Amino acid sequence: MAIKEKTNTQLFVDGILSENPIFRLALSMCPAVGISTSVMNGILLGTAVLFVQVCSSCTISLVRNYIHPKIRIPTYTLTIATWVTVIDLVLAAYMPVAYKAMGLFVRLIVAFAIITMRLEMFASREPLQKSFFDGLGMGLGFMFAMMVLGFVRELLGSGMILGYDVLGFKPLLFFVLPCAGFFVVGIMMGFFNWIEVVYKRKKEV
Amino acid sequence: MRNIIRMIVVLAIMGAFSGGLLAFVKSGTAAKIEYQQLKFVKGPAIKEILQGATNDPIVDRFKIKDGDVDRSFFVGVFDGKADTVAYETFGKGFGGDVGIMVAVNLDTDQVIGIGITTHSETPGLGARAKTDETFRGSFKGLSINEPFKVKTDGGKIDAVSGATITSKGVCAGITASSEFYKKLKPQIIEKAAAFAK
Repeated sequence: MAIKEKTNTQLFVDGILSENPIFRLALSMCPAVGISTSVMNGILLGTAVLFVQVCSSCTISLVRNYIHPKIRIPTYTLTIATWVTVIDLVLAAYMPVAYKAMGLFVRLIVAFAIITMRLEMFASREPLQKSFFDGLGMGLGFMFAMMVLGFVRELLGSGMILGYDVLGFKPLLFFVLPCAGFFVVGIMMGFFNWIEVVYKRKKEV
Repeated sequence: MRNIIRMIVVLAIMGAFSGGLLAFVKSGTAAKIEYQQLKFVKGPAIKEILQGATNDPIVDRFKIKDGDVDRSFFVGVFDGKADTVAYETFGKGFGGDVGIMVAVNLDTDQVIGIGITTHSETPGLGARAKTDETFRGSFKGLSINEPFKVKTDGGKIDAVSGATITSKGVCAGITASSEFYKKLKPQIIEKAAAFAK
């Protein structure tokens, strides 16, 4: 299998670039569209997802030899739900403002496709170290994608970056509306595909 | 059969671990979460009515058991004396319960100020009780031991115009609260004294 030959660094970088959860794998589009209205939201939700992804990957990787295939889905759900509740409580206790801004989305991480998918495809087969780097890469990839989306939407929608007014005017209110999420995700996805095509062509030449 | 038992055991162990972890995190964050909720839901009202207090009333709080309910009291320290407490009470408004934060001076039993915490009153009418200075101001200086009534009922409170039911509800809520205030007063004084600086 191709996955086995990858080094830890490759796993890590792949998660961010060539296997980016949102732009390349097209998973977890719901939060990508729903909450990427500002860079800060992207960072916050990205951090939460990173935490849950890394912890769940490590947990599943540790117990992977004891899980019967028939009960793997309940095990994944249990693991993810536990870690999500942990981050939910920690955020509520120490970052109430951020917690309020993200509302229900923190708890919704339980249902994020990307986490279950990584557990199923990777952590349930690979040793702890590799799963850790895969989880780290995927989590950071998600965070990166959310920040890029947030950057574009916040800049074009409200003329601000991280809450600071940089443009002084609001170019297109359209970009902070929910439907613009699809629009920006689509364009960014196309952009990343295009980069890869160009990159591969150069390699061949 | 062996497989089934194994599955059950593995799931049970993982469930137990998760439960343990969650219980640990929950107990570690419970106090902090309670503080955050107080700060953002009741905090603004408490801060406003205990204006000028030299302490943080949200930190300096205590609970007293009154029958089945735990009542929270927030202590305001003025001039080094912890002689003011704020507590929450509820009155029937037009659209449901109205949460009222009442600050009372322990020496004189006078109301220092009131603030609305939670409500579901009509915006623009009953909801104005939260911001109407005349209405809220008319509670100041009155004794908590006497029933509160709006002027049309022969009392001293200026009702919010267009929101008689809300105004009466707030009055009734505060009047009702004087009952447990009187009952718990010795305990309140005893506990509040600990916060003096």
